Amino acid sequence: MKPCRGAVAGAIALLAVLQFLASPPARSEYGDVLINKRSEKEGMRPVVFPHWFHRIRFRCKVCHNELGFKMRAGGNDVLMVDIIEGKFCGMCHNGQIAWSPENCDLCHSGKPGLQTRIFGSHQTGGPGRW
Amino acid sequence: MLGVTVTSGNVFSQERSWLPLNKDNVHDPMSPALRLLQQPGEALSKLPADTAGNQVRWVEALESGAINPRTNVLPETKVNVLDLDNWLNTSGSMPVVKFPHRQHTLWLDCANCHEHLFKSKAGANKLSMLQILNGEQCGVCHGAVSFPLTECSRCHNTTFEEYRREYLRAQEAKK
Repeated sequence: MKPCRGAVAGAIALLAVLQFLASPPARSEYGDVLINKRSEKEGMRPVVFPHWFHRIRFRCKVCHNELGFKMRAGGNDVLMVDIIEGKFCGMCHNGQIAWSPENCDLCHSGKPGLQTRIFGSHQTGGPGRW
Repeated sequence: MLGVTVTSGNVFSQERSWLPLNKDNVHDPMSPALRLLQQPGEALSKLPADTAGNQVRWVEALESGAINPRTNVLPETKVNVLDLDNWLNTSGSMPVVKFPHRQHTLWLDCANCHEHLFKSKAGANKLSMLQILNGEQCGVCHGAVSFPLTECSRCHNTTFEEYRREYLRAQEAKK
């Protein structure tokens, strides 16, 4: 019984190490959203949206009420054409309040291969459904 | 009492640190943006300290004037703030929840929660920790952008005795 238990523990430890090596943990800042609904298919890096940066400058209600962003990672269908026309991000990212949409790389700065999600860090692994 | 708790939390909290963007495994270290984007530590280290989430007390940051984020971008938008406390979980085994509308509406508009997440009528909502932990109800924000669900006592913040005293005082005032 004893050696069997040791073997199981060893196998679990080995699997944990392998998983760690295969995918280094994503440790983005709490509340960062990775958006990759279309970016990579269209040949761009995915978008990283940092909540912490934006909420220093705007209250939640600006984007989630005035601009109409749903409060669910991946719940918004935002096309570049919308942004250029001044909708969603384009309400501010227009060269007036914030950088304009031709600065592609500043938003499309995520690591290729990541799926759309929100990140929880620092003591939490993030909520269940996101 | 609350002041003491907040202060001691800061005194005993560890030195805060934030990962630089090129080390977070979410930003592409090859992206030219990393030379230009603000680092979390640069902005967040100046704000009131917390031990969870962004390691920032966001409501305190607002109220102390450390930050003054815009309330609207459209001039015609009506900015709503409501100063009303609600009692929740008044018969559970955990302490009672005193839910403050004021702190929530400093950040959010009524329409962000009502009526699709919560009905406006007191007592009409069936809250469940299972749903909250699963990213529904309060968990739409708490555990994602506002303080995480590891901080039980920030919501379950009132003993039943304190709740009963305040409830009776409010009933008395109505007479």
